[in-house]
Amino acid sequence: MHITRTTAAATLAAALIASATACGGGSSTDGSGNGSPKELTYWASNQGASLEADKATLTPELEKFEKQTGIKVKLEVIPWSDLLNRILAAATSGQGPDVLNIGNTWSASLQATGALRPFDAKAFDAIGGKDRFVSSALGATGAEGKDPAAVPLYSLAYGLYYNKKMFADAGIANPPATWDELVADGKKLTKGGKYGLAVEGGNLSENVHHAFVFGKQHGADFFDASGKPTFTTPEAVTAVKQYIDFIAKDKITAPGNAEYAANQSVADFATGKAAMLLWQAAGSSLKSHGMKPEDYGVAQVPFQTAGASGDTAVNSMVAGINLAVFKKTDNVDGALKFVKFMTSDDEQKLLNGTYGSLPPVKAAQSDPAFATPDLKVLADALANSAAPLPQVANESQFETAVGTAMKDLFADAAAGKPVTTESVKAALEKAQQQMPAS
Amino acid sequence: MTATVPPVRHSSKTPSPGGRRAAGGRTPLSRLRLPARLRRASLPYVLLLPALALELLIHLVPMVVGVVMSFKELTQFFISDWSAAPWKGLDNYRVAVDFNAPVGEDLLKSFLVTCEFTVLAVGLSWLFGTAAAILMQDAFRGRGLLRAVFLVPYALPVYAAVITWSFMFQRDTGMINHVIHDQLHLTDGRPFWLIGDNSFFALVTVSVWRQWPFAFLCLMAGLQNIPRELYEAAAMDGAGIWQQIRRITLPSLRPVNQVLVLVLFLWTFNDFNTPYVLFGRAAPDAADLISIHIYQSSFVTWNFGSGSAMSVLLLLFLLVVTVLYLLATSLRRKDA
Repeated sequence: MHITRTTAAATLAAALIASATACGGGSSTDGSGNGSPKELTYWASNQGASLEADKATLTPELEKFEKQTGIKVKLEVIPWSDLLNRILAAATSGQGPDVLNIGNTWSASLQATGALRPFDAKAFDAIGGKDRFVSSALGATGAEGKDPAAVPLYSLAYGLYYNKKMFADAGIANPPATWDELVADGKKLTKGGKYGLAVEGGNLSENVHHAFVFGKQHGADFFDASGKPTFTTPEAVTAVKQYIDFIAKDKITAPGNAEYAANQSVADFATGKAAMLLWQAAGSSLKSHGMKPEDYGVAQVPFQTAGASGDTAVNSMVAGINLAVFKKTDNVDGALKFVKFMTSDDEQKLLNGTYGSLPPVKAAQSDPAFATPDLKVLADALANSAAPLPQVANESQFETAVGTAMKDLFADAAAGKPVTTESVKAALEKAQQQMPAS
Repeated sequence: MTATVPPVRHSSKTPSPGGRRAAGGRTPLSRLRLPARLRRASLPYVLLLPALALELLIHLVPMVVGVVMSFKELTQFFISDWSAAPWKGLDNYRVAVDFNAPVGEDLLKSFLVTCEFTVLAVGLSWLFGTAAAILMQDAFRGRGLLRAVFLVPYALPVYAAVITWSFMFQRDTGMINHVIHDQLHLTDGRPFWLIGDNSFFALVTVSVWRQWPFAFLCLMAGLQNIPRELYEAAAMDGAGIWQQIRRITLPSLRPVNQVLVLVLFLWTFNDFNTPYVLFGRAAPDAADLISIHIYQSSFVTWNFGSGSAMSVLLLLFLLVVTVLYLLATSLRRKDA
């Protein structure tokens, strides 16, 4: 009897464990049905202040689309923290939306999965032509030499936001144009519990975006021509260290920023705890934290040297959101119609105007509504000095691996542990080892 | 359960003349029927069938799929068409257990952190649960209220509870640092809890806070079954409170503890929600639990084959531990 009871208990325990661990491999099936040709499912990314706000913005437009074409669009707004996992689950199970938003840096990675329908010449014809889009934005839609996996929907770039009053109080006349100036200004501004610069040290994507820009300025690319990771070149190490040094060496950033991952740096800037912030179109967030537009200025992100030119004259990534068609959609025509609608001049003006981003459609971008001082700075960066993140299949893994390495380095710096060229190199070495061998 | 159905003999073995005649009257039908004995014996199995089918569907199928995936090179290039993914044989496993290479080394580190974490978290949860259950055994004013309050962490939704902790653990604005640094002056500077080495203790704290009410609940139920006379007799014989706990309470709770510790162990070892909500998708090295590690190895690097192989290894490990544990505890019970 004892033996049988033990066996029974063991079997039960096995089932218990199995149910707990098998999740690692299971596939999610929460795909929304794409059954009828008169209906589309659209996954929107979270662009506004909240999911509800986005729903309120998009719903009238979707109704407009239904009136024009008779196609009903089922909308789901998905928070950024879930979006990539949801897309991966959709790709794995084949159950997904018809049309979806993706972060433009994921384009090449998702392109490699084959889950998105390539925009070939015919598809571009159906939505009004490729030359309607700004060319820098098209650079972040997939690997070079392949048909784009998506089309640009909203464009963004980084700018240097600075607090005008704090600058005036510290006797600084102009925003810094080089990093040396930024550090010098930052030291003047760091006093009495206030700091020069706010960073989002626990946010992997933010870390990588800055590593990329510093890397470009030092001539590091993070991937070689064949798509192999090259994280440990001296240039890459210098680039990453320069960013970590804001806490480690220059001490113009509060150590507590090392754990920020929920946009606390924006709040710190808006409430005057930090005088500078590197961010993409922060306008609406700053407003929601009670900072008035006249209280802050927006300047170009600094370069290494004044008047940088050529390959090192990069001071922003090409940031933005792309619109993609899911390959397994059973309504390609309807999906393309919807893409055409969302990238039409009118919708571009309206949606980008609401979200504070720039339209990647040329005709819409020239609208005077996008000629505000801060958007002009961002548009200028986008047109002249922005580069797309590496368009390689492993980009998404790069963001996680290098972003995590930088988060750990920030943690070291904040805890007072020394951050040296060697320790940065070791961290990047570890990140590189985590990259898939392909 | 199935073994407890009593064998019903009399009905089939005591043929009454009337019954036989009735049966003889409907010969063609009764020949088609199963013998009554077999019918009765199969009833419990038939009743279990729906549950069994669901069990297969819900538990075993995903498990088998997971095991199959672990033998494939299921990277981002193949996830939209699994069948095209090449077979890799044991390669995923080889990479996972090659402790000299980065992937295996990290997995081993994560495994050791998880072991340490589990021992601490289960030990403390059990200790708090036992202490509270014993202290609340005697009736006093407000006992019901206290019991209810103690169970709150267990009743709260995981996400809501853990996100609150993550706010409290924030370095500059969190309550923990406000209390230990600003008010009690226990530390020189403000320590970090969500990054760096302290994150391990943050994780243990939250885990114990969440788990111990369950231990408390189980042990409280177990205590109700110990006859009061035992304590009275022990008191008459001059046993102190510690002796009573050691000689009566703990031995009587042994069956409860046997299951409780096992369940706590499995839950804690596999816990994903707590570290994920606390630290996000990149946990600090000091708190890199195996479940998060496997999640990173599959979802973040998009290599589901490797992640599945690690999951299968984890499953095997927990299975071995469980069987050994049950064997050991049952044997000791037999000896006693």
